[in-house]
Amino acid sequence: MRRFRRHGQESHRDKLKQELYQFNKTVEHGFPHQPSALGYSPSLQLLAIGTRSGAIKLYGAPGVEFMGLHDETAAVTQVHFLPNLVELVTLLDDNSLHMWTLRAHHGVSELLEIGRFVLTGPPGAPPSVTRVTAVLAHSSGELLLLGTEGGHVFVVEVPGFREMEDKSISLESVQSRIPDDYVGRRNLQCVEALQENPLNSRQVLVGYGRGLIVLWDLDARRAVQQFLGTQQLESMWWVPDGGCVLSCHSDGSYCQWKLGEEKIQYAPHRTETPYGSFPCKAISKIVQIPTAKGPPFLIFSGGMPRASYGDRHCISVISGKTHVALDFTSRIIDFFVIQDWDRHKGDPSALVVLAEEELVVVDLLSAGWPVMQAPYLAPLHCSAITCSHHVSSIPLKLWERVRAVGQLQNTQYSNQPWPLNGGQNLAPDPPQRDLLLTGHEDGTVRFWDASGVCLYPMYKLSTSSVFHTDTDPNDNMNQGSEGEWPPFRKVGCFDPYSDDPRLGIQKIHLCKYSGHLAVAGTAGQILVLELNDEALEQAVEVSLVDLLLGQEGFRWKGHTRLEEREEPVNFSPGFQPFALVQCQPPAVVTALNLHSEWKLVAFGTSHGFGLYDYQQRNVVLIRCTLSPSDQLAMEGPLSRVKSIKKSLRQSFRRIRRSRVSVRKQHTNNPAKLQEINARMEAEALQEMELAPVQRKIEARSSDDSFTGLVRTLYFADTFLSDSTHRTASLWAGTNGGSVFAYALRLPSIERRNEDVVTAHPVKEIQLMHRAPVVGLVVLDGRGAPLPEPLEVAHDLARSPDMQGSHHLLVISEEQFKVFTLPKVSSKTKLKLTAVEGSRVRRVGLAWFGSSQTEEYGESGLVVLTNLGELHVLSLPHIKMQVHYSCIRREDISGIASCVFTKHGQGFYLISPSEFERFSLSARWIVEPKCLVEVPLPPSTSSASPTAYRTQPDGMAVKHRKDNEESESSAKRVMEHALLNDETVLQQIQKALEGDQTTHVENNMKIKPRRGNVMSNGD
Amino acid sequence: MNRSFNKSQSLRYLDCNAVEVKSKYGAEFRRFSVDRQKPGKFDEFYKLILHIHRIASMEVMIGYADVHGDLLPINNDDNFCKAVTSAHPLLRIFIQRQEEVDYSNFGTNTMTRRKKAVVTLRNDVNRKRPQIRIGMPQDFRPVSSIIDVDILPESHRRVRLYRHGSDRPLGFYIRDGTSVRVTPHGLEKVPGIFISRMVPGGLAESTGLLAVNDEVLEVNGIEVTGKTLDQVTDMMIANSHNLIVTVKPVNQRNNVVRSSRSSGQSTDSSGSAGYPAPPPGSLGAHGLAGDELESDEESDIVIESSIKRPTPKRPPSLQRDHGSSPAFRESNGSLHKILSAMRIDPRHSLALPPGGVEEDGTVITL
Repeated sequence: MRRFRRHGQESHRDKLKQELYQFNKTVEHGFPHQPSALGYSPSLQLLAIGTRSGAIKLYGAPGVEFMGLHDETAAVTQVHFLPNLVELVTLLDDNSLHMWTLRAHHGVSELLEIGRFVLTGPPGAPPSVTRVTAVLAHSSGELLLLGTEGGHVFVVEVPGFREMEDKSISLESVQSRIPDDYVGRRNLQCVEALQENPLNSRQVLVGYGRGLIVLWDLDARRAVQQFLGTQQLESMWWVPDGGCVLSCHSDGSYCQWKLGEEKIQYAPHRTETPYGSFPCKAISKIVQIPTAKGPPFLIFSGGMPRASYGDRHCISVISGKTHVALDFTSRIIDFFVIQDWDRHKGDPSALVVLAEEELVVVDLLSAGWPVMQAPYLAPLHCSAITCSHHVSSIPLKLWERVRAVGQLQNTQYSNQPWPLNGGQNLAPDPPQRDLLLTGHEDGTVRFWDASGVCLYPMYKLSTSSVFHTDTDPNDNMNQGSEGEWPPFRKVGCFDPYSDDPRLGIQKIHLCKYSGHLAVAGTAGQILVLELNDEALEQAVEVSLVDLLLGQEGFRWKGHTRLEEREEPVNFSPGFQPFALVQCQPPAVVTALNLHSEWKLVAFGTSHGFGLYDYQQRNVVLIRCTLSPSDQLAMEGPLSRVKSIKKSLRQSFRRIRRSRVSVRKQHTNNPAKLQEINARMEAEALQEMELAPVQRKIEARSSDDSFTGLVRTLYFADTFLSDSTHRTASLWAGTNGGSVFAYALRLPSIERRNEDVVTAHPVKEIQLMHRAPVVGLVVLDGRGAPLPEPLEVAHDLARSPDMQGSHHLLVISEEQFKVFTLPKVSSKTKLKLTAVEGSRVRRVGLAWFGSSQTEEYGESGLVVLTNLGELHVLSLPHIKMQVHYSCIRREDISGIASCVFTKHGQGFYLISPSEFERFSLSARWIVEPKCLVEVPLPPSTSSASPTAYRTQPDGMAVKHRKDNEESESSAKRVMEHALLNDETVLQQIQKALEGDQTTHVENNMKIKPRRGNVMSNGD
Repeated sequence: MNRSFNKSQSLRYLDCNAVEVKSKYGAEFRRFSVDRQKPGKFDEFYKLILHIHRIASMEVMIGYADVHGDLLPINNDDNFCKAVTSAHPLLRIFIQRQEEVDYSNFGTNTMTRRKKAVVTLRNDVNRKRPQIRIGMPQDFRPVSSIIDVDILPESHRRVRLYRHGSDRPLGFYIRDGTSVRVTPHGLEKVPGIFISRMVPGGLAESTGLLAVNDEVLEVNGIEVTGKTLDQVTDMMIANSHNLIVTVKPVNQRNNVVRSSRSSGQSTDSSGSAGYPAPPPGSLGAHGLAGDELESDEESDIVIESSIKRPTPKRPPSLQRDHGSSPAFRESNGSLHKILSAMRIDPRHSLALPPGGVEEDGTVITL
């Protein structure tokens, strides 16, 4: 009976768990790691990026994002949208072609892989014959032309991927008509480029590596015209009016060829080397677009003088007399130009450049061609991310102020609307305003709007102006001298080189109610900042804190502290520093907390912790946590680097020595040599056996290193010393499993400026298991965590229960323990490491709302372990609720970068430049929901291609129509099938029979987007 | 109680029940005899010795030479009885003052060697053998034990390592390896965790129960299959205060042989690493009380100081008044010393009895 009842309760709890928790990886923010291909659909207004890891990502209007992943991990080398369709084709490194489509499902589009194809050549042919180097998606939408390394062009029918052998352009048929005196006759090399005639879709240009360009008629199956280029070909461009062709070459020149004149042109109409006289690097791609009134735009990448600027990554834009060489900080992958409306007539409105580390969009309509700020694909890693901090539910007032000061920083950006607007964003507005703050190696803190699917940059704070650094901030690389040639202009913000690693931001704490911000860095610097809407010139007040308290016997071997500027510094509107604490020794700050109501900042390093009163600008407390035996804490990061270098040098020396000794014994006798080899091998083997991967089993002791490192700091208003009077308190947890509690005496608000804040030690807890303390939380009488400072004052949290007894939750890497307060005695605990062998890496408090009932919710503890598993623990009973594996255990930086939100979501870095967003809550999920509709067929008024299309090959068009019809009917039928109608099955059968799509269906592999489509709690 | 303090030499031949005793203290000898069948109690014998040698006010240690020539202690009824019954022909007693006792002499063939040394001067082999120091029984504490012999298969061994109070390192290394398991599909190679190295002088080595290349099967009742080397390392370290390792010894010759049942079953079961948490006392099923496992780890040390006392630096000075605390009476008032010792290594606190001291605002919970 009892058993039965308990079972009932458990099943109720299980049901509740389902309503509370649900794990989804929802969206990837930031810039894809190692992009390798770019595609663009003018009709869909979507851009596609393929990456080296085989991912494909589509972006349209802000919020419209799709992601797919090839089963193969091969790099995506080319992406081509089928003109006027929702399909796209990708070419991978392994020579396979993949067909993707955007399929509407429950009113939301999904990116699905629907077919794959590998070109098979004639039997016995070398692999180069079928190695695809150029792809042309024909405007008819049903042909794919594949140029190969061997010089052949294969024609494939899509979407079924049927090879049309009769249509292919063989090398022989081209070669046979070339004049005998052409230099490259014997070896045309690979097909570098394929271009369709913009006026006659039945004609294509085939460009061979050796320089030959052939205009081929697909119907007549013969060369119409030949251009005998002699320079190594890189790419071609068919000028939209159809009158001429541009070819660009590896020597940095481009040529113009006139169409419709002699059948064989021996020399180009015009040759130009834009960056002239001295040898230049290749022009890899060239585009020329005419404008309605005015000179055409000529845009090409590369072509820089080899000797002086060969290392620059440039795209040159020339329009009339204006000539700019856009200078990128990373390698250029590809670019395209967005034209205003119709593909063939519109003026160029924007240049979209995919560089290896960022996407740059240049507004070509506005004067000066300013850069546009992208609503997505933000380069998070423009300086390496060193830490991140998430603040949920930002009050509207602070939000607007941050946005306003951010907009003041964005004056150099274009005001034009974002040019890519494909698809509709159907996701509901985010339920709240969330900020993600990232700290960077160069001392900047970036504020991101993390409320929705698009991680949008709001504001950038730089802390380096407070300090003297080696570089002068006025020395802007941007300013090229007047009349410099080429006319460089720096674009993009990716800058991986940090001037001074000590500037790196390690900890951030923002109070969303007061606008106070504390930022701490690598060299023990702690800045307290305040949001100010006006520019201000002020000197920052500096306090030097000796965390060793003058102890003898320790000598810091690491970097020196940053030298602060003594003179007043002019701060632009935004967060302006007013107080600076410099720790001595200047070790990296490992813990930081700010209490805006008490106006106190607590900070900790590997040597101790301190408390700073930023109202009165004085240090309240310094506590050294160093143990006498801990010498490693004094090393500092630099000396350890040195020791690694030393050991490396030693091992190199050893290798060299062994090589030398072998050489000395050099002998012609092969038997002897063999013997030496065998001995060497045996020695190497022995060395390997001597040092297997092994782990020492040893209990932690107080002598261990870095036991004094402060891991967490916490402010609480609780019953610290007796159960009737509550006091303000500061709690600190160390790496060696110690917890220190100090009672704080705060003056009354009226006397806050005069009377000093004092701190007295009240408690010390030494955890027996000595694991690092990573979190401290005080739970109120109801078992709920104490609210954040000012939260109650702003009516955003109910005041904590001060009637019941409070508890202290100590989270160590190995255990969760609840202690009673004020008399500290162990109440409950949960062991993690002893049972599962995993350790706590990240921990956060979150509120989980039920997805079923609006009013029910629970707070819980979210934990990420070193194995990449997420656990949710109930409070205050610390029972495991759910667990999900989230991050690969090998991905240490991913695990270390994880931050949790207050509503059960989280972010972690999947690459230096990308955050993955995940959700543990069943109620709050932020994920893309978007719809892309099949574009209307091109309007007849502008469609000269259609005129051509109907002319020579009516068959193909008709066939295509059939195909479309049957496909759409199949879709319709499928939708009906949902109604469970008996007759529908027969209809499906009928629709599928004799239908070209069967082939597709067979090849179809459903590729679900990550995560399921969930209805939002609202 | 037959006491015959007759010094007559003829006694030996007259009464076969009497055992001649030759007792030596310093350079003095005393001779007497005791009844072989009824030697009496140790206490009485001890008093007798003190009386005979006229050293009543002294604490002495009584030892005797056994038949093998080893010096063995006489300190209870049992070994006294043994000494008397095994004496042949006479019982040689050696008396040392308690504070001068050289324990290193006990049990180490000392008596014979002394004799032999006279005969063979070149018997260097014996002389160079390091002397093993054996403490008094009251000084012994458990270091390790083999547990759950009755429920484990004979090929497995569950070893408990006690580390309390000792500053001796646990001292072993583990590595990845492959082990062969019998499965329904035949023999299968599976990854396993093995002991790779012993730290000389470490606890693990000194027990003699663990050896290099022993396969680790469980840690405190949780199977290690499917866990990485790092995970197992973390588990062992997390349990280091009271580590219970189930191993499959590489040397299978020293296994405990059970007559009752020869189960070929693998280690079973109840100690599975299931989620969310293994049932409390999963080891309890193996006959080990869950409480026992918990007992010696939970003593986190809490030092609380009064808020009124403005002592910015630790440790809070403590009063010497222990009237209220029976637990600390033995510590003779130097609580401060204990406390500071604990600060350096709180493991020492385990030697202290549970309980607490409470005095004007300063609380110590142990």
